[in-house]
Amino acid sequence: MIVKRRRIRCATAYATLAFSTWLSTSAFAQTPPTGAATPSPQQPADPQQIRQDLDRLRQEFEAIRDSYGARLAALEAKLGSASTQPAPVPLLPEPAAAAPAAPVSPPAQAAAQAPGQPGQVPGVEVPSGAAGAGGPEGSLPVYGGAAASSKVFNPDMAVIGNFIGTTGENTVESAPSLEMHEAEVTFQAVVDPYARADVFLSASPDGVEIEEGFLTLTSLPGGLLAKVGKMKEQFGKVNTMHAHTLPWVDVPIVMKNFLGGEEGLNDSGLSVSKLLLNPWFFLEATGEVYQGNSGPFRTQERNDVSWLGRLRGYRDINESTNLDIGTSFTRGHNDAGLNTTTRLFGVDATLRYRPLRRAIYRRFLARTELMWSDRGQDTGDVSAFGMYVSGDYQFARRWFGGVRFDRSARATDANLIDQGPSFVVTYWPSEFSQIRGQYRHTKYAEGVTANEALFQFLFSIGAHGAHVF
Amino acid sequence: MGLMCSRRRYRLGERKVQEMKSRIIGAALLVVLLASTNAFAQIKVVATTQDLESIAREVGGDKISVESLAKGYQDPHFVEAKPTFIIKLHSADLLIVVGRELEIGWLPPLVNQARNARIQPNGDRYLDASQTAKILEIPTGQITRAMGDVHPSGNPHYWLGPDNGRRIAQLIQKKLSEITPADAGYFAQRYADFDRRLADAEKRWQAAMAPYKGVKVVSYHRSWPNFTDAFGLDVIGYVEPKPGIPPSPTHTLELMQEMKRQNVKLIIMEPYFDRKTPDAIARETGAQVMVLAPSVGGVKEVTDYFKLFDYDINLVVNAIKQVGAK
Repeated sequence: MIVKRRRIRCATAYATLAFSTWLSTSAFAQTPPTGAATPSPQQPADPQQIRQDLDRLRQEFEAIRDSYGARLAALEAKLGSASTQPAPVPLLPEPAAAAPAAPVSPPAQAAAQAPGQPGQVPGVEVPSGAAGAGGPEGSLPVYGGAAASSKVFNPDMAVIGNFIGTTGENTVESAPSLEMHEAEVTFQAVVDPYARADVFLSASPDGVEIEEGFLTLTSLPGGLLAKVGKMKEQFGKVNTMHAHTLPWVDVPIVMKNFLGGEEGLNDSGLSVSKLLLNPWFFLEATGEVYQGNSGPFRTQERNDVSWLGRLRGYRDINESTNLDIGTSFTRGHNDAGLNTTTRLFGVDATLRYRPLRRAIYRRFLARTELMWSDRGQDTGDVSAFGMYVSGDYQFARRWFGGVRFDRSARATDANLIDQGPSFVVTYWPSEFSQIRGQYRHTKYAEGVTANEALFQFLFSIGAHGAHVF
Repeated sequence: MGLMCSRRRYRLGERKVQEMKSRIIGAALLVVLLASTNAFAQIKVVATTQDLESIAREVGGDKISVESLAKGYQDPHFVEAKPTFIIKLHSADLLIVVGRELEIGWLPPLVNQARNARIQPNGDRYLDASQTAKILEIPTGQITRAMGDVHPSGNPHYWLGPDNGRRIAQLIQKKLSEITPADAGYFAQRYADFDRRLADAEKRWQAAMAPYKGVKVVSYHRSWPNFTDAFGLDVIGYVEPKPGIPPSPTHTLELMQEMKRQNVKLIIMEPYFDRKTPDAIARETGAQVMVLAPSVGGVKEVTDYFKLFDYDINLVVNAIKQVGAK
């Protein structure tokens, strides 16, 4: 605030200075120096002499005006550069007396107008002779200020680092001991009054790829919301979440067995969702169409698109507790045979408890997802079932503990079942970083048992992202 | 006119004119009726906090319906983006936000999913209440998150200065008058009334606090600069080592030493923070912990913007008297 006040004072001082300079020049214009200019009515002077005197005066006046004009331009340039720096103390004592007369009404507005001054572009003098050579005359605008103000349209940017360490033995699924698993770069901004865009680039040991990049049309009529681009498909819960928002280091086994691993169903397509308003609960229906080349889906022809439908209901049980239930269905072609398809059906339920008065210290979330995969193969359809159930509890402002139990058949063979529990502890040094440890015990269908300890460091720099619900 | 004259020449035409007349009257009546129902239709206002809700109600009276998303007793930085809020925002005619990045962690996804073009940021029905407010603690120079969860555009708890309540009310009055110009007089009159009552109340509050100008206090979070600025309290330290970072033992020890050195006997905090550390500091230093209402709805008794200051000032004055702080 002190700095702000100083800035206002400085701005008003400059304004007063400029004003008084202008006043003094105009004073010269109106009342030329006495004696020479004001011919006495008693002595009718020679008109020739008066004319000469007038010419001389005009020259004098023009010289004064030019000098003041130059000083004023210099001051303006100084003011332009000063507004981006901490305000210097005005040197001249004279304007201080006049300063209180300057508008003081809402201080915030006055300060907001002081920097930038888009109307006035500080100028530099054109080198002499430029005009003669066909160049411009007068002063040239300086474009630096304009460049600075164009940055306000830059998208919000953030980078999220995800470092994963794995210890213990696992002969079925191998993972490196230490890995900078992913650096996700996000760009988010409003496109125009009708849309916003979100782009997430993922840089990992496999290379750089578009994790998501989509346009959201926020101004459609009829309670519709549309998305176009590459995005995580609205199948269940975990599939829609970015790795760094999961409460675990890894993803549930059912994601790997049915939805193609950590990436999951994530494809280029169109999504339209509609609010189904009713007096009882929140209800949203979503319909999506995708290229058909993600997770278990593979196209053989261009029109082998995959499509998805989802219905999600949500209701507050009380102000602290709520229930979120969804069903999803998706269908697409697979590569198991000629014109074979995979159909996936999922049910998800989430119970959240977060007492508002202690919202930053306590919360509990229980979640389960049940999935059925029906995979067409040349040898006949394979119907498999997979699920996980998890609970996460925040027991202190920065500490979370959780458990998860996985059980899932493989999409290609319903008799091969992988299962096991996980135990997780997460520490949040701040809102912008997390340290997580996970113990995972997995019994694979091959008869192999793996005991692993995983740890993870997550950090976020840049724009403050909103938290997913 | 010419048409009517030409029709008068025929008897059949005359009947038609009669019919037309009655139809016109009927249509006019319908228009009037519609207009009047429109006039009675309330502007649906959604405010992010109960403070804004209360001020909007003061200005809007029965010409608006208003509800808030966050409750006064929850930390406004950490509100869950519940889908039920989407439904409220979907049908809102006006969204009033605190701004200054207070709601950055939860409001943007709600607005995106609201399917309401007018309340999108910078839409004509999106009102940032901080536009004309007196904002304190605007950081200067290089800022990094090493300073904790700093708000680059200044302290967002500005409603805790009663002068800002007036500025917010004026903004809301302007916006409501834009939405229904026919009721501009009503809103202006209600604003004038609020302004007058607030001025009276400010005199009362200032009088109550006058003997305690310059009393030193410690606050938990940096939520109170507008409050302490308005009523002349001097905040010498914070229980949080940095905004949004929970208390650490070393910082707590330093703070206790500083409190003892400067003889600080008062700790102010919000109801949504843990009392453990403030209580421990109070035991060690002989200070008193005051749980003030940071917002309308922060405690049950605080049901409007006036009661917010009534409650807080009463608590502060009593505590100062009790500990005999200077």
